[in-house]
Amino acid sequence: MLSATFLFYLFAGLAIGGAIGVVMAKSPVGSLLFMVTALAAMAGTFVLLEAHFLAAIQIIVYAGAIMVLFLFVIMLLNLGHDYEKDLKGGAFAVVSFGVIGGIAGLRAQQLGATGMQDGPGGAAIDALIAEHGAVGAIATELYTTYVVPFEITGILLLVAIVGALVLAKREV
Amino acid sequence: MEPISGIPAVIAMVAKNLGIFGLVMVSVAYATYAERRVSAFIQDRRGPNRVGPFGLLQPIADGIKNIIKEETLPATASRFFFVLAPILVLVPSLVTFAVIPIAAPLPTPWGVVDMIIADVPIGILYVLAFSSLAVYGVVLGGWASNNKYAFLGGLRASAQMVSYEVALGLSLIAVLMLAGNVTLTEIVWQQQQIGMWYAFPLSLAFILFVISAFAETNRLPFDMPEAESELVTGYHTEYSAMKFSAFMISEFGHMVTASALMATLFLGGWDLPGSWDNAFWYNGQLISGFAANGAPIAAQPAVWKTLLTFGGFAAKTGFFLLLYIWIRWTLPRFRYDQVMALGWKVMLPTSLAYVMLIAMTILVLDELGMQYGFFYGLVLTAVSGAATLTFMFFLDRGRTIAGAAAQKAQKIEIKTIPTALTSSEAEPAPAGD
Repeated sequence: MLSATFLFYLFAGLAIGGAIGVVMAKSPVGSLLFMVTALAAMAGTFVLLEAHFLAAIQIIVYAGAIMVLFLFVIMLLNLGHDYEKDLKGGAFAVVSFGVIGGIAGLRAQQLGATGMQDGPGGAAIDALIAEHGAVGAIATELYTTYVVPFEITGILLLVAIVGALVLAKREV
Repeated sequence: MEPISGIPAVIAMVAKNLGIFGLVMVSVAYATYAERRVSAFIQDRRGPNRVGPFGLLQPIADGIKNIIKEETLPATASRFFFVLAPILVLVPSLVTFAVIPIAAPLPTPWGVVDMIIADVPIGILYVLAFSSLAVYGVVLGGWASNNKYAFLGGLRASAQMVSYEVALGLSLIAVLMLAGNVTLTEIVWQQQQIGMWYAFPLSLAFILFVISAFAETNRLPFDMPEAESELVTGYHTEYSAMKFSAFMISEFGHMVTASALMATLFLGGWDLPGSWDNAFWYNGQLISGFAANGAPIAAQPAVWKTLLTFGGFAAKTGFFLLLYIWIRWTLPRFRYDQVMALGWKVMLPTSLAYVMLIAMTILVLDELGMQYGFFYGLVLTAVSGAATLTFMFFLDRGRTIAGAAAQKAQKIEIKTIPTALTSSEAEPAPAGD
């Protein structure tokens, strides 16, 4: 059987590789597919953390979102095949790698000093899932303890949607 | 009985993977055969009947033909994405079957084997996640072909998938509220407990789900992405040989999975009438129900029960496959704006209102302290039946239910054709393909 550690490195590698691919790919469609790879690999690491629901939602939500991005790319950028003029990678890529690498390094140093904070662990989460189901385990928390922030987030999204509609709608 | 573990479990897992994969592929092959035979029957033709008895070897002949045909690659296509697209379409359509239970647990000398590849805790969400990925292959294929018809097909596919996924998800919520969990094994178990299949207490969700599933699998009357009379064959116009075959296999694979899903969610999955076949893992124990004092009753799995329930599951899935084919050769294709209007203006509001209605009914029943059981189901059946009739009445606009008399009274308004055109072209347009 494949060990969890091996799978973690596989998914983590895919996620990082995909993320690098997003900024390095020459064609925007290539970037998008790398992005799908990175997000799917993230979903894989969520499964390893026993967060099955988050993994599923990650794929469902982002699959739809990236599909829309895909259409933007196809509709708004050149439909020809010379993309080199559309995207300027080089310098930006180097700078962003530097910044992200720096942050990651600092965080690693910090974790090395204080040690990892362990969560409730796989067994506890398994028990929760057995009691409430994978969705219920999140839903009970979300709709009792965190109900106010959750509803406010919902209203925020609604406002954003209405705003986008108002801005985009032409005068008839 | 104990669940299977250790080395036999690994062997059972491999056997189940191979077995269910083979089963899906054979179903796909014979779904294509059934489509051609049934369409021939509907159109009063003979259909393929030369290869083997009754033409039963036709799918094999088709497969060999597709493998040895010449592959073409359009000169202007982007090569990598063009090859990637059929793979992206094929994989999701085959992996989604993994979470669907196909029969009652099978007893073996080493323990009980669940007749499901992976009973993941997210169940139906896994299916939704992978089926939402399938549209990438379609859009990518349409785009990479660098052909305007293929491209239009791909764009239509994306719009249609996004639109109908909303109604599909919302009609599912009614099922999830009633079952209380998202795993398909538990949805089957809850249908055994309530004593009726969810097609009755959730009749409107059933109808909405079937319509959305037709749209999601791009089948007629929703096959806008490959509308032959408008777009050659849509997104796979430029594909030939095995790559074309991959698109075909995935379309039928989606049909098989959607049929199995509809059977599981609304017709009890592998459940057969009566409580003799009930089985569910409860606290590590296989039970068939609860006694009056709440104590679990151990289930008695048997090989004949597994075989019978598998037969039931296959029959239900086959029924939906036949329905797919039947409708394809009965109804004409929608116009594109009609597809969108139906999705956003009819399906979405109806499913939203229905979710609210079912939520309120369940809340009221729970507040009244009613036990989840047959009577509970009857109340929901009555509420859903009323909702379904109302929906039918409005969708129908008095055409079938009130008869032709009501249609005369309706104000008929044709927006798209200017009057000058209609008067000069007295002859009716020739019929399509």
